[in-house]
Amino acid sequence: MNTTTASSAAPAALVQLAALRKTYNAGLPSEQEVLHGINLEIRAGEFAALIGPSGSGKSTLLNILGLLEGGSGGVYRLAGRDVTQLDDDARTQARHATLGFIFQFHHLLPAFSTLENVMLPALIGGEVMDKTSRDRAAWLLDAVGLNGAHHKKPSELSGGMQQRVAIARALVRSPQLVLADEPTGNLDTHTSDSIFELLRQFNREQGTAFLVVTHDPRLAARCDRIIELVDGSIAGDRANTPSTNR
Amino acid sequence: MGLLGFELTVSLRFLREGRMQTALIVGGAAVGVAVIYFITAVLVGVQADLIKRVTGAQPHIVLKAPDETVAPLLAARAEAPRVASVQARPQRLVTLDGWPVLARQMETTPGVTAVAAVASGAALALKGDATRSIVLVGTDLDRYQRVVRLDDKLTQGVLRLEASDALVGIELAKDLGAVLGDRFRVQSGDGQSDVFQIRGLLDLGTRELNRRNVYVNLRPAQSLLNITGRVTNIDAAIDDIMRAEQVAAQLRAVTGQQIESWIQTNQQVFNAIGNQDIMTLLIRSFVTVVVALGIASVLVVSVVQKRKEIGILRAVGATRTQMMRVFLWQGAMVGAAGALLGTGFGLVLISVFSRILRSEKGVPLFSMEFDLRLTGIVVVVSVVLGLIAAVLPARNAARLDPAQAIRG
Repeated sequence: MNTTTASSAAPAALVQLAALRKTYNAGLPSEQEVLHGINLEIRAGEFAALIGPSGSGKSTLLNILGLLEGGSGGVYRLAGRDVTQLDDDARTQARHATLGFIFQFHHLLPAFSTLENVMLPALIGGEVMDKTSRDRAAWLLDAVGLNGAHHKKPSELSGGMQQRVAIARALVRSPQLVLADEPTGNLDTHTSDSIFELLRQFNREQGTAFLVVTHDPRLAARCDRIIELVDGSIAGDRANTPSTNR
Repeated sequence: MGLLGFELTVSLRFLREGRMQTALIVGGAAVGVAVIYFITAVLVGVQADLIKRVTGAQPHIVLKAPDETVAPLLAARAEAPRVASVQARPQRLVTLDGWPVLARQMETTPGVTAVAAVASGAALALKGDATRSIVLVGTDLDRYQRVVRLDDKLTQGVLRLEASDALVGIELAKDLGAVLGDRFRVQSGDGQSDVFQIRGLLDLGTRELNRRNVYVNLRPAQSLLNITGRVTNIDAAIDDIMRAEQVAAQLRAVTGQQIESWIQTNQQVFNAIGNQDIMTLLIRSFVTVVVALGIASVLVVSVVQKRKEIGILRAVGATRTQMMRVFLWQGAMVGAAGALLGTGFGLVLISVFSRILRSEKGVPLFSMEFDLRLTGIVVVVSVVLGLIAAVLPARNAARLDPAQAIRG
């Protein structure tokens, strides 16, 4: 929502988690703490991988970072603002203003054309669908390599192409941070490489920060930072010099 | 995309995407609406027919001379011996005092459209060997026509009531063996008699009226009935016949006279109409509820089907309120589409059945009038109904946890 403040405070962390905990089924016999006091910072323009075995809490952490669910304890500051206690509408707005999502399964709306899918986040914000916003959506689609597919329905596209549309959608409102949950999880190696390269390209050219959840050590090795989550705690957090392609 | 705003755009796409589902639910709503039109048309037709039969040959409101009552011979004191039985006395012909004033008072009462003074009484009609008891109605034709139309009941002859003209019921003419132009004698209880010429034959709707009623000019009737210069009752027509009782009450207050409305004299018919109204209201309410439940259930299913899409929309920034509106819009649009389609469907249904279902005279059994006001009400009610039906599904959609919905 408040992009000017955030960019002027660029040296400060974009995301700050302090002692963040998450407990499911609190108070029940099945009570389970899945995140135990996470401390984490992500700076503007970073390109980080979040790795870890299944059940380590990666998805939960991503959902909390994405304001799709709340934590059970600790503090979350997003773009300099404490978002820990926000109500649903305020969380939705903060998400809309600051974040973009890419899911493992592209998650496009089948009833809308490719271009319309990309424009949806702007439409939700009540933005006027003028030529400028349409042009931006079209430019993004071209940038992800879908020049000829603007008016096709998602069902007419291959898996890789659908994921490209999802990337364009995540970027349409120029978010400061894109959260990607296994963005190449169901794609073949070749497609997966080119999608990943696309994310890196946006990171370079637009300065968008990325946090990419991945199982694939090969992809993690191509990020600037690797955060490792094991059993709900951060087991490793190190800078990485990206290996060159292939 | 974009012109309609996010909520309306998405709800339209959702409806279009759910082709079969949307078609079924809009069709269901349309059938409901058509049934409501049909029932209303039948009801309006049947009631109009019934009321026309009842009030066709009788005035809406009659001001009558007071009944003569028998005063008890002994004063009604508690300790006084009671008169065990007070016999009503046979009613003589009673006339109204100062009727022109009363007629003026009635005429100026709101709701009353026309009044006519009538001198009416029992008499005998004689022709050759035939003798029939009749009801002699003496009045001024032009005035009376505005209270009870006779021109549409004329089967033969002309509508004219000069000095010795008479209009008689068709059955009576037959009973007397008389045809148009024939003369016959009318004899009153006082022994007065006069000769009239049949100028027209009337079909008054019921056998009873057709074999008894004889309409003549006011003056000869007055002299026959021995009430020269006076009348026995004042008949009135009103604009809204269903308000006859209210107007009658008002007239009672204004004139202080005995007033009878057609509703009083035809209480059973009026009760039947009231019962029909209640029954149709019930049927319409049930149809409405069924349609609402149908819309609600389809939308509830749709929310479940679209879990994932709702989750994505929430993730990319749609608020709970926006998701709620997406489904409320769908309900409203299904309601509107159902109303419009149902209006067309209802019209077809009515026009087909009005061709099939006809009375023995070939008149359609129900009203074919396209009621624009009803259409307005149907559209508004239908949209509101759609909205109400969509409340529960919309709340389900709004409450959906986006994280869980996306996970699947």
